[in-house]
Amino acid sequence: MNQTEERYPFYRTFQIEGGNFTNAGSISSQVKRILKEEGFPGQVIRRMAIATFEAEMNVICYARWGILNLLVSNDFLKVVVDDEGVGIQDVNLAMKEGFSTADERIRELGFGAGMGLSNIKKVTDEMVLTSVVNQGTHLEFTINVKNGDFS
Amino acid sequence: MKVEWLVKSLGLEVKAGGNQLHQEVTGGYVGDLLSDVMAHSTSGNVWVTIQTHPNIIAVASLKEMAAILLAGGREPDPETLKKAEEEGIPLLTSPLPAFELVRRLCQEGISGIW
Repeated sequence: MNQTEERYPFYRTFQIEGGNFTNAGSISSQVKRILKEEGFPGQVIRRMAIATFEAEMNVICYARWGILNLLVSNDFLKVVVDDEGVGIQDVNLAMKEGFSTADERIRELGFGAGMGLSNIKKVTDEMVLTSVVNQGTHLEFTINVKNGDFS
Repeated sequence: MKVEWLVKSLGLEVKAGGNQLHQEVTGGYVGDLLSDVMAHSTSGNVWVTIQTHPNIIAVASLKEMAAILLAGGREPDPETLKKAEEEGIPLLTSPLPAFELVRRLCQEGISGIW
């Protein structure tokens, strides 16, 4: 790894436009590129790519807009996503694999299978999800760099 | 085995990413649910799907797949072609249905477990 103590931590902020499927995945691609350039282990980058993609897709599918903050440090990577949108009625239910409120349009694109949030949970070391209906959703997750293997 | 071998042996049409056919194929994955593919595919896979929209390129690129194989004579959206070229992802098509494509991939020694 080519990182030095002085450069870390650093932050990057990305805006996500709800409903814009054309550029879906572009933010997760940028996050992946940054982590690659920083020389993080492949397994850490792969887990981050999955979690960030799912988080990005959730904003695109269900919110008007959102902000994704990436924190890069020596020991861990953290992503915080805040969106303004319909929110989630029952967070525990939303975490259940297979539960989805996606409409037909989203499902036709191959999203909305109710796997996104549980995928994030699986590949991250810590995950927090809170939501206020008709206002928005707050999601944060952390991946420890030292513990690069799937937990 | 390289992507270009599969193109020849399965008679696939190369729609985009023709300069990336030297990629080594590590195995195969089939799926039309993008979250499932994100979770369970791995780098170097050839991905058989009937999804044709540009998001498949984002998934393939994030997972560093060797190629996408559109089954059942599906044609990629124009935006998908553009993104595939940009990201250097081989986008292949075949008139054969997904099941038959997978059977032929297996015959060529491509495995679903790696």
